[in-house]
Amino acid sequence: MQPANLLLLTLVMAIVAYGLGYARSRSLAMPMGGIRHLKSLPFYYGARAALWSGIPALLVLACWMAFQGKVIQLIVIGGLPEGLIPPTDGEASLLLSKISNVASGALPSGFVEAPIAEAAERLKALRSQSQFLMSALVISVAVLAGFLGWLRIRPRLNARAQVEAILKWLFFSCAALAILTTVGIIFSVAFETFRFFEKVPFTDFIFGSHWSPQTALRADQVASQGAFGMIPLFTGTLLISAIAMIVAVPVGLLSAIYLSEYAGKKVRGVVKPLLEMLAGIPTVVYGFFAALTVAPFISDVAATLGIEASSQSALAAGAVMGIMIIPFVSSLSDDVINAVPQAMRDGSLALGATQSETMKKVIFPAALPGIMGGILLAVSRAIGETMIVVMAAGLAANLTANPLETVTTVTVQIVTLLTGDQEFDSAKTLAAFALGAMLFLSTLLLNVVALKIVRKYREQYD
Amino acid sequence: MNSVNTTIASEATQPVETAVPVQESKPAETVIEEGKTVGNPFSNDPKFKLRDVEVFYGETRAIKKISLDIARNEVIAFIGPSGCGKSTFLRCLNRMNDSIDICRVNGTLQLDDHDIYDPKRDVVELRARVGMVFQKPNPFPKSIYDNVAYGPRIHGLANRKSDLDEIVESSLRKAGLWDEVKDRLDATATGMSGGQQQRLCIARAIAVSPEVVLMDEPCSALDPIATAKVEELIAELSESYTIVIVTHSMQQAARVSHRTAYFHLGHLVEVNETNKVFTSPEHELTESYITGRFG
Amino acid sequence: MTDQRSQAEIVRQSLKRRYRKERRFRAYGIMAIAIALGALIILFTDIIGKGYTGFVKTTITMDVQLDGGMMYLDDPTDERQIKMADFVEPLVQALIKEIPGATEEDRKQVRELINPYASVTLRDALKNNPEWLNTTRTLTFLTHTDVDVYVKHAGDGAYSIKLNEQQRAWVDDLLERNVVDTSFNNVFFSGGDSRDPSKAGIVGAIVGSLLTMFVTLILSFPIGVAAAIYLEEFAPQNRFTDFIEVNINNLAAVPSIIFGLLGLAVFINLFGMPRSVPVVGGLVLSLMTLPTIIISGRAAIKSVPPSIREAAEGIGASKMQVVLHHVLPLAMPGMLTGSIIGMAQALGETAPLLLIGMVAFIVDVPDGFFDSATVLPVQVFLWAGSPELAFIERASAAIMVLLTFLISMNALAIWMRKRLERRW
Repeated sequence: MQPANLLLLTLVMAIVAYGLGYARSRSLAMPMGGIRHLKSLPFYYGARAALWSGIPALLVLACWMAFQGKVIQLIVIGGLPEGLIPPTDGEASLLLSKISNVASGALPSGFVEAPIAEAAERLKALRSQSQFLMSALVISVAVLAGFLGWLRIRPRLNARAQVEAILKWLFFSCAALAILTTVGIIFSVAFETFRFFEKVPFTDFIFGSHWSPQTALRADQVASQGAFGMIPLFTGTLLISAIAMIVAVPVGLLSAIYLSEYAGKKVRGVVKPLLEMLAGIPTVVYGFFAALTVAPFISDVAATLGIEASSQSALAAGAVMGIMIIPFVSSLSDDVINAVPQAMRDGSLALGATQSETMKKVIFPAALPGIMGGILLAVSRAIGETMIVVMAAGLAANLTANPLETVTTVTVQIVTLLTGDQEFDSAKTLAAFALGAMLFLSTLLLNVVALKIVRKYREQYD
Repeated sequence: MNSVNTTIASEATQPVETAVPVQESKPAETVIEEGKTVGNPFSNDPKFKLRDVEVFYGETRAIKKISLDIARNEVIAFIGPSGCGKSTFLRCLNRMNDSIDICRVNGTLQLDDHDIYDPKRDVVELRARVGMVFQKPNPFPKSIYDNVAYGPRIHGLANRKSDLDEIVESSLRKAGLWDEVKDRLDATATGMSGGQQQRLCIARAIAVSPEVVLMDEPCSALDPIATAKVEELIAELSESYTIVIVTHSMQQAARVSHRTAYFHLGHLVEVNETNKVFTSPEHELTESYITGRFG
Repeated sequence: MTDQRSQAEIVRQSLKRRYRKERRFRAYGIMAIAIALGALIILFTDIIGKGYTGFVKTTITMDVQLDGGMMYLDDPTDERQIKMADFVEPLVQALIKEIPGATEEDRKQVRELINPYASVTLRDALKNNPEWLNTTRTLTFLTHTDVDVYVKHAGDGAYSIKLNEQQRAWVDDLLERNVVDTSFNNVFFSGGDSRDPSKAGIVGAIVGSLLTMFVTLILSFPIGVAAAIYLEEFAPQNRFTDFIEVNINNLAAVPSIIFGLLGLAVFINLFGMPRSVPVVGGLVLSLMTLPTIIISGRAAIKSVPPSIREAAEGIGASKMQVVLHHVLPLAMPGMLTGSIIGMAQALGETAPLLLIGMVAFIVDVPDGFFDSATVLPVQVFLWAGSPELAFIERASAAIMVLLTFLISMNALAIWMRKRLERRW
């Protein structure tokens, strides 16, 4: 049975269990003189039966789905004849994709060695066996647990308390998923990063000023080493982020000030949603705009001015990224400015200060910590932004501060290294995870600091 | 002006007699007739001349045809139950209501014979002349010195640093705060006690040498000792400034003001010498209020 | 009061300068808003200007003589024969006949005007209507992409026209006689990706997006709501709860590409799930969207006044009953609004999907959650990176479709907020 259908079936069985539990509690109550002699409402007996049936079945389903792929892969690899068992993980993954291509019919079995074709057959067989076993197991678990739950329905049973306790645990596990996600992120990048540092020394990575990850396919090729110095990537990231902030901070801040202090209700009602629209545009659209409109425009303008500008200049990517971040800065500053108590404004206006004097000399200094926090969040967003730079910034890892030249960024390199054909084991792929780790750490640091500042600022006026 | 005075005065005596008998628990609103004030609302040397002032918040009429003079160098107290419009009325005097979009003011309001709500009138200049102290102390999150120097700086009142120092010192002295803070002028103002903060706000207001100081319940957030100090200060300031004070406390009005105005539901019911208001009020509502029957 | 008088004089004198500053400051604000809105307008006009032609296709209608001898075909029902037969020749001959002055000598140039897939269209038509053999039929085909570009962008400097002078003259003539014509590009809305721009469609990407969004929604909405309820109503005030909160706030600000790394390392490498399938995409996007949904859900729960809770508790409802019967229904509009906004974000997300392989060239429309698929924004990315300008046009058109989806989702969210949210 297809997993999606199985999922539906599980839900249907849970509903059936609900009905049966409901009916049983009622029939138990009848001889006693009605449902008010039950400890809980029939609804809770039904819900309890449904939970008993559904939760274990879903857990089994999820676990099976999670691990079946890996287990099948291991069995298939293990079943290969001696000589074919791949020595490294990387080769194993190549071989596996070959086998699964044969199995799915994308690669005719006549084109591969006999053992591989056999392995493909085995893969197909295992897959269907696995699906059958999974269906059987899930269904029997659902029926069995549901039956047990149904059997144990007694008039004295406090079904409501039990259902509520189970629900509370469910809610808790959903909340705890956030921790699991963070742990998952940390483990997934940390693991590969450590393996990367087994191949490339840590200091070379951190302090190296040369980045060219093209490792050779064969050992005897020239430049088989590849260079993994991340400094040009980080300077490139910083250059583009700096350009973005130069665009976004003044524009975002000033528009927030204008909207909160000067604009009438009507203007605000029109302009604010429009600004928010900028935030809703997908980054790939900005990337398209940057690569196909802004970048050519900048290089044309530069050419007429007699300056050399790359067709993938940092300026184009940075400026468009800045536009993307404007609403982010403006809505954060708007919050912060509005958090400054009206009493401050009144105090200043009552002394005969103009609105701009009040803004510049009282409100802005008072809001500054909050605004700084917002800007830090915006910087973290700029650093982690991917699509604009993938589409509009280049791949050349230049160490430069000239905004008209091409630079590359951490995110661009992660995407480049991890898309297309890849081996999981090469220094190239692992380097992407090491870059990811650096990216995660730096944005995490910025976020933690920024959120702390913003929270402290809020508390000041609460 | 004299004729206006007499008409109002002659009419003002009537409503009390002709009114329906007032019920104890709920003073009837029918007693108050619009624009009629008992007592002595006018003056021969008015700083503010206010005629038929109406204030609207959207559709609601918060102030109903009030006419009043505020004399030069007098201390006048506005009293009345909450929501009676006394703060709204006060805020008209330096156009602090401007920042509320839905607020609209009608009538004639003049400061030294110049219209306050004249569209050509400069709000900034007006507020430099009519300072204001608020209910809750609102020092800026800056140093004590910068708080007091803020007004003189924006108005360009001091050419040299030493002039500014002088203004700050004299304002703080007038506010009775100098001795307490002279050693920590660079400390942040938000770290002071509530009473000190309020006196700092007064110092900040008088640093621009206004002609009038409006005070909106300046002591409501203060403890009795701090209140006493601020009241002392008001008494001293009354020598050189016109002071309009809104207060919730009748005792305070009695202690600091020359004249007292009683507001009720947007009407100005009675204005008289403070002594008279508290000893023999002319209007029944005033009497109910000062004897504590409602408030 | 001479002191006060002179002060007032000073104030009056400073006013002019101060009002100048005031006006300047205000002008800065207006300028900032103008820049932001200007950017928005330029962005939209640029994309619409580049993309509206993507909704137009160029076709050619001609009388095709389906001569069996010319095609080496005498039985269209025979699979083998139809595979070997020549369907290009009848098209070339038909077109030569349509062009006055064109001869057999020009066949190479004429052939360049016909879409490479036109022969496939002809083959399929013949397969479905075997009786057409040895008759002459009036049929409509797509023109070659170069003709398409020429017809749409002849006067537009941005596009390089690949047709030569002779071919241009022919096309101009055919256009005049309505043999070559433009019409609504239904191909764009009826198929998947293709190597040939004129055949490329977005249905594959739209279906991929819908499948992915479905997985995202059924995972992130219930989990997000449950987490929000737990944190707002049941969580004890302790360090663990604080830790969860800090985690959620930070996850909301983690770059999306990091979630791609997580998906690659955990779902694909660790669990051995297939690459480029909607399930994995949906899993990754739901992890990414969860913080948004949780945060907006908590805000919605917070806005339910405590009096409701007290009222329900007062008549003996359990905590869970209070939450499920009273708080949750009242908070639902706010939660839905937040979720729609989160889903809109996920719909526009590209970067993490690149890492889990949803970037492959996929012609077929996916037919299940475990079928290789791509999504709308990735399709935009793929087309935008193409050197062929006709693909850029398709990319812009796809962006317009994507933005239509997003704007309607956001409009729905705004409408719901206005309509359903209660003010307390």
